[in-house]
Amino acid sequence: MLEVQSVSKTFNSGTPNEVRSLRGVNLELATGSWMIIIGTNGSGKSTLLNSVAGTFLVDEGSIRLAGHDVTRWPEHARATLIGRVFQNPFSGTSPSLTIEENLSLAARRGRGRGLGWGLKESLVERMRDEVGQLNMGLEDRLENAIGSLSGGQRQALTLLMATWLRPELLLLDEHTAALDPKSADLVIALTELVIARDKLTTLMVTHSMYQAARLGDRLIMMHRGQIIHDFQGAEKRRLRPEDLLARFEDVRRAEQLDESAAQMLAEQYV
Amino acid sequence: MSLLIGTFTIGCILSLLALGVFISFRIFAFPDITADGSVTLGASVAATLMVHGTSPPLASLAGFVAGMLAGACTGTLYTRFKINPLLSGILVMTALYSINLHIMGKSNVPLLSVTTLATQSEHIGVKLMRGATSFSLAGWEVSVRDASVLAAVALTVALTGALLYAFLRTNLGMAMRATGDNVQMIRALGVNDANMIVFGVAISNGFVALSGALLAQYQGFADVGMGIGMVVWGLASVIIGEALVGTNQLGLTIVGAVMGSVIFRLLVAVALRWGLSPNDLKLITAVFVFCALIVPQFLRKKRLRSAHA
Repeated sequence: MLEVQSVSKTFNSGTPNEVRSLRGVNLELATGSWMIIIGTNGSGKSTLLNSVAGTFLVDEGSIRLAGHDVTRWPEHARATLIGRVFQNPFSGTSPSLTIEENLSLAARRGRGRGLGWGLKESLVERMRDEVGQLNMGLEDRLENAIGSLSGGQRQALTLLMATWLRPELLLLDEHTAALDPKSADLVIALTELVIARDKLTTLMVTHSMYQAARLGDRLIMMHRGQIIHDFQGAEKRRLRPEDLLARFEDVRRAEQLDESAAQMLAEQYV
Repeated sequence: MSLLIGTFTIGCILSLLALGVFISFRIFAFPDITADGSVTLGASVAATLMVHGTSPPLASLAGFVAGMLAGACTGTLYTRFKINPLLSGILVMTALYSINLHIMGKSNVPLLSVTTLATQSEHIGVKLMRGATSFSLAGWEVSVRDASVLAAVALTVALTGALLYAFLRTNLGMAMRATGDNVQMIRALGVNDANMIVFGVAISNGFVALSGALLAQYQGFADVGMGIGMVVWGLASVIIGEALVGTNQLGLTIVGAVMGSVIFRLLVAVALRWGLSPNDLKLITAVFVFCALIVPQFLRKKRLRSAHA
């Protein structure tokens, strides 16, 4: 389904602010798999997601998705294959458009947009039905501007929009990190429901060790632009949040060792 | 009375300009200065074609298309070459000055002896009134010429506004509105936002140029300097309209922009009547827009301060 081959991405290259965000990442994701990505700050997990989504083009390597080599595809072209939910609840919807207008935009994701009427009766009927299933009382407010909704409501709608047309790949970028705990639980429950129902292939970045341990069937841990752990199958199922925290602790210790070792070497030899 | 009708007529004609500015400034948040040039472009294209015998509706339409081309240039400078939006507009506007002179061949084309939409609507009006040249309305003498031109212009504006409203609710129109609202989202939904911006700025300038084409026909000449300051004029209309309708519902904002244009023209007519020198008009307009832009900020600060107290 998704094949990422030796992908590298450097930001601000050639300047003092150079950041090597991805360093030869290899990744293969099977159809129907739900992969969780965790990592330290600046480990490249969001960069990995964005490079798959096409927010920028990668410096090296290739990305294949659903049988297409999408490495040079612009973002809007990849959107035919990809549904996305962002970390910021404001990013996924258009605030001055109404709920139904936002959904109707999503109903044509990756398709041509001509002078056809945006809000067909049959489409609005389906919206009422699906929005009603969110249990947020939004089905009677379809004509309200999205700008008047809470973050949790927006994120639930964004998820609905991302999966309105079944995407080949669903990208979730810490989509509950900006929500209060209750809304976050709601959105996670909805996420599980949608992924199970449509058998979606999913890449999900999260900060929550609890989510990381409980959700998905595969987990990778990133550090300094590389994948340092890959848990699959039974190994993933056995993972508990404490195990993940322990791995982070390992990384931190190794890091300190590196730095102190480097310092020692510098003192002795330079 | 004739003055009042004239004021309404110009207000209606310039409301097309206001709609154009509404599209670029409000829908796309794109400060598009091209409009100053495309008012004149629409006027010069329409006037030159009419002088050479093209039918007035066709000539006006050609003005509209020419405006779209100018807008598409500005949009392309911005999206493909990543030039700052203001600068893109300034570049195209400056280029249009020479282009307009080339189209007209001189700095002013009179239309007094030419069939225009104004004379055509006058003919229809006279026919409808069975040859009378004036009638009385609530005790005032109204010339059929003035009334029929106003009716024709109002009809055109109503039709254009309705078309714009319908267009903005099609799949394409919604994608355009969302592009101005949230680029990240619209890309994630598979829309090429650069194309949307080019197309949107093109439509905006099409409206502006159409407004210029109608203005030339109404006042009886096209002049190379007629576009100066028009963006600010349109912006003032849009701001007044927003204050009038006080909502961001799409249909009402469009109606608001039209009403704002007419009211602004009325205000200007009153001010001129009271002895304001026409030379000061643009200065006053600029000051007005300045105030309209900062008053909301000022009010917000004041409200915050009183909330803290």
